Amino acid sequence: MNILSLFVLIPVLTIIGIILSRSHNMVRWVALAGMFAQLVTAVVLLFAYFAVRNAGNTDAMVFYQDVEWFKTLNIHYCIGVDGISVAMIMLTGIVVITGILASWEVTYLQKEFFISLILLATGVFGFFISIDLFTMFLFYEVAVIPMYLLIGIWGTGPKEYSAMKLTLMLMGGSALLMVGLLGLYFNSSTDGHYTFNLLEIAKVHIPTNLQMFFFPFLFLGFGVLGALFPFHTWSPDGHASAPTAVSMLHAGVLMKLGGYGCFRVAMYLLPEAAHELGWIFIILTTISVVYGAFGAIWQKDLKYINAYSSVSHCGLVIWGLLMMNKTAMDGAILQMISHGLMTALFFALIGMIYGRTHTRMVDKMGGLMKVIPFLSVVYVIAGLASLGLPGLSGFVAEMTIFVGAFQNPDLFHRVATIIVVSSIVVTAVYILKVVGGLLFGPIKNDEYLSLKDAKWFEKLSVGTLVIAVAGVGIAPLWLSNTIMDSLTPIVERLSQVW
Amino acid sequence: MIQDIPIQYFLIVSTTMFFIGVCGFIIRRNLITMLMAIELILNAVNINFVVFNKFLFPHQLQGHFFALIVVAIAAAEASVAIALFINIYRRFTNIEVENISEMKY
Amino acid sequence: MTNYAYTIWIPLIPVFMFLILGLFGMKMKGSLAGILGTLGLLTITVLSYFTAYLYFFKTGEPEGGFQAITAYNIEWLAFTDTLRIHMGVLLDPISVMMLVVITTVSLMVHIYSIGYMKGEQGFQRFFAFLSLFTFSMLGLVIATNIFQMYIFWELVGVSSFLLIGFYYQKPSAVAASKKAFIVTRFADFGFLVGILIVSYFTGTFDFDLLTSGDGNIFQTIGAASFMGVSAITWALLLIFMGGAGKSALFPFHIWLPDAMEGPTPVSALIHAATMVVAGVYLVARMFVVFHFQAPGALEVVGYVGAFTSLFAAVIACTQFDIKRILAFSTLSQIGYMILALGVSEYGDEAGVGYMASMFHLFTHAMFKALLFLGAGSIIHAVHNNDLRNMGNLRKYMPITFITFAIAWLAICGIPPFAGFWSKDEILVAAFEKNKLIFFSSVFVAGLTAFYMSRLFFSVFFGKKQHYHHEPHESPLVMTFPLMFLALASIVAGFVPFHDLITSDGKSFETHLNYSIAIPSVAIAVLGMFIAFLLYYKESKVPDKISKSLGIFYTATLNKFYFDEIYLFVTRKILFNCVSQPIAWFDRHVIDGFMNSIAWAIQKSSFKMRDLQSGQVQQYAFVFVSGAIILVLCFAYWLN
Repeated sequence: MNILSLFVLIPVLTIIGIILSRSHNMVRWVALAGMFAQLVTAVVLLFAYFAVRNAGNTDAMVFYQDVEWFKTLNIHYCIGVDGISVAMIMLTGIVVITGILASWEVTYLQKEFFISLILLATGVFGFFISIDLFTMFLFYEVAVIPMYLLIGIWGTGPKEYSAMKLTLMLMGGSALLMVGLLGLYFNSSTDGHYTFNLLEIAKVHIPTNLQMFFFPFLFLGFGVLGALFPFHTWSPDGHASAPTAVSMLHAGVLMKLGGYGCFRVAMYLLPEAAHELGWIFIILTTISVVYGAFGAIWQKDLKYINAYSSVSHCGLVIWGLLMMNKTAMDGAILQMISHGLMTALFFALIGMIYGRTHTRMVDKMGGLMKVIPFLSVVYVIAGLASLGLPGLSGFVAEMTIFVGAFQNPDLFHRVATIIVVSSIVVTAVYILKVVGGLLFGPIKNDEYLSLKDAKWFEKLSVGTLVIAVAGVGIAPLWLSNTIMDSLTPIVERLSQVW
Repeated sequence: MIQDIPIQYFLIVSTTMFFIGVCGFIIRRNLITMLMAIELILNAVNINFVVFNKFLFPHQLQGHFFALIVVAIAAAEASVAIALFINIYRRFTNIEVENISEMKY
Repeated sequence: MTNYAYTIWIPLIPVFMFLILGLFGMKMKGSLAGILGTLGLLTITVLSYFTAYLYFFKTGEPEGGFQAITAYNIEWLAFTDTLRIHMGVLLDPISVMMLVVITTVSLMVHIYSIGYMKGEQGFQRFFAFLSLFTFSMLGLVIATNIFQMYIFWELVGVSSFLLIGFYYQKPSAVAASKKAFIVTRFADFGFLVGILIVSYFTGTFDFDLLTSGDGNIFQTIGAASFMGVSAITWALLLIFMGGAGKSALFPFHIWLPDAMEGPTPVSALIHAATMVVAGVYLVARMFVVFHFQAPGALEVVGYVGAFTSLFAAVIACTQFDIKRILAFSTLSQIGYMILALGVSEYGDEAGVGYMASMFHLFTHAMFKALLFLGAGSIIHAVHNNDLRNMGNLRKYMPITFITFAIAWLAICGIPPFAGFWSKDEILVAAFEKNKLIFFSSVFVAGLTAFYMSRLFFSVFFGKKQHYHHEPHESPLVMTFPLMFLALASIVAGFVPFHDLITSDGKSFETHLNYSIAIPSVAIAVLGMFIAFLLYYKESKVPDKISKSLGIFYTATLNKFYFDEIYLFVTRKILFNCVSQPIAWFDRHVIDGFMNSIAWAIQKSSFKMRDLQSGQVQQYAFVFVSGAIILVLCFAYWLN
């Protein structure tokens, strides 16, 4: 039994456990235990991965397993990981468990809530371990669909509208993706033995004109999920309406599927087109980065601010990928991890604050530092991570991207780099504006004086995330090197001349 | 004697009947008239059956029998249809086809 | 060769203190936290002094001058094969000197704060932040590479942000902390781009390689230029932009006066003695590169310094808040240090500007910290910042009075106090390189004497105020640092800087240049005398003078409206003209476009639904007409 299959198996068992549970308390403990087992598996995987690599294994994918699933179309259940997927799996493990903790007090249709949440997590885990493009797509859909229910049923505000919008836009992305995947499939071989296997497709050279045709489909398809401008508008509405844990998972992990797919599928398999068409997407993502940051300044709703900030940061992910050298791509992947942790932390805190003050409007709150110091201090830490303070994860990722991007010698990349670098100033502006308005200053509403600070599960949830953020920020070398090594085949293929 | 009449004459009559029926079915709004139009169509077909049988296979009777079956089914259909019409009339107090759109969506 | 590996503990002890106080501070008694923090700092002060002793006197000066020693280096992050960030300890004359300055001032501020912050809410938090700041600042000065410096640069910025906003319930403090952070952040953006340019061309971050004399590493940059200016000049100007932001040089000076919203010990530590000289330190660190690769950039540095010193001195003459006067005075003195670097040459006596700048940094740290702590002591007694509400305090607070007087004489440049020696060297350096800067500096010396004397006389002499509470002398825990720093302000001038800290590490001889020293002292005395006439006794003359200056006075009082300009640019232009339209555009145009797609699909689906009306007659009509058309078509085609 391959360790990777556990990542799909454990959630399924957990779901069965939840169905069999009899009380509210039992449901959440089962969910927590299941996801804790998942996290432990992720940690074990991490060490197993290092052990395998240290033993001298230099395969592109390790823990490889290939089971034929649907013979006629040559679809396989084919799994394997490299350093990047291991890092993403760790990230997912952490975010999911903190998400479960953050939704500890959900009581309305509790069983169904946790089942959907874990189903979503299954999709994400499955996506990251897949090598076969069809299974990858399948898990992608598994991750997206529960989102509709989670927002539509447990959300707040205009939840049906937001859920519909989010799902439809992501489905639109999936449709593009499907076209691209089929394009890859039917060009994966010249003798009619078509395959969905990523590694197999990487061995053939798809004709340039076909690459140029299918690249936009794949890149946009994944880009929609990665909040690529101008297909990002599902993000503010979706996040604003979603319940806490869903926002965390969605911004923290699901949006990373977009960036991950962009380089793992689109850029890896269609390298020439990536070079030829990259400039269009560089322009779009440059806009994303600056635009998201400026958009965030004007927002009043905490979740909107964070959603726009996510647009900016996820734009940076794809932007870094498009710089197409090892350093920048390494930075982009670090940024995925960093943003995943950071934004999960943000949404967790926003949910907790909202649960206390019953408003998310910055201008209605103020002086929360005085009454809920723990949450406020963590909020400040999250803010500082977001604006790229050294010692926290955001800095490492951003700097790696910037240094990498600057290695491109032409003027176009230079100008784009400088524009993107300037976003760190704008980020500081909106973060400090929020921190100043929300936590500092006099208390505006006397009702807030009686607020209670974080409970144990809230402390555990945000504490885990803070430790992860600081861990990546203080000692980034091992993570960075792991990712860097795994990027080698991708970068080689990108720089290969056909 | 019937052999003296050319086949075209029969066909002209049946075609005319058929199109009168089709027009009636499309144009009229009253369910009973529509049912009558359907009867016209069926009978046009019956004429064709009988005539072709007579002219093509004079020693066989399939066409005749088929016409008889059609007549029987038409009778059954008319009785079911009229039963429906009566029920519809009781519910909506009319049998105009355009007014009965409750189950459309 | 002495093993300096233990120096890694100098930054590490404060960071442990920060973690202990930050995580468990709430459970401690306030005084315990204060004592713990102070003890931690005492340890590293001893270590720093020991290091300085070892470095300057034990390892000593070999043939080729003082050598830079990399005492510790560990890889932190690797970008490419050559671009790697290390975290380490670099010991060379200026970093060792900065270690001494930072730990001394920080220790004094710690001791002082135990008294000053007594009973304040968040006492533990205050000491945690102080430790964090000390850690970041130490990390900055011992940086082995420019990226480590940038990292700690940002950390210093954030601890400054936290400390300015210490009274977080006060809106003005929150605004000031935000402003400080954002302005310096903007400058850091330039710093970062500068680092990117330099690292791209040279392929390294290490100071060792960057500042090695031969400059081979810059060969590749040679022809690269942008807008007629060479790439290295741009890079260095951008790096200097970062330094200007942190050191509050014109035009990034606006955050420093507002930063006085923080507790006074913070102002003494961060916004007078240590953090704000980071920019000077940065230019000094990169001095070799500036001097050999981009003399043009160095010239800009000199002019920015000279202008800042003049500009700030003029404003300082009109302010009433004593902490703000000191803040502008700090600006002016930092301008001095920067201009000294700007006019310096490399090597031997020509490098006097470099030495003078470091010398002034050293002396200024002592007497400016003393001035701020003295001001804190005064504010503590009077519960007010405004000069007009003070007067005749010498009777109530004798120790503060005497120590303040020493600092006052030091900053005015009266021999034999510390300021005189360092300022004199700066004037010598300026005189030899650039006469314009020289005359401006001499004028600033006079202005400095004037506004400091104005402050001094108004506070300790002048009219007899009627105080709400009888002011009384501060406790020993606060006056001890004053006395210590007063002593330092006297003796600091006699430290033989020309033997220890020079541009090329080799010592040289300096002489007191009487033709410069005497006029500069004379002009300082003149300034003091004018202030004596105007402010020693209560009089109406100052008001009359300010009235007669009219618009110039008003403009100066309002700091030449720079705050308003910045506010206009951020609020009106960036917020209202960029951010708001973008937010609107996003919600209405882009989102509207997406929504309209959905709307169009829905509408067309309603239209299409009409095709399936459920009316059999309609279907029959379509069916029949279709059949007829087909028949006609077949009839036509088959013929």
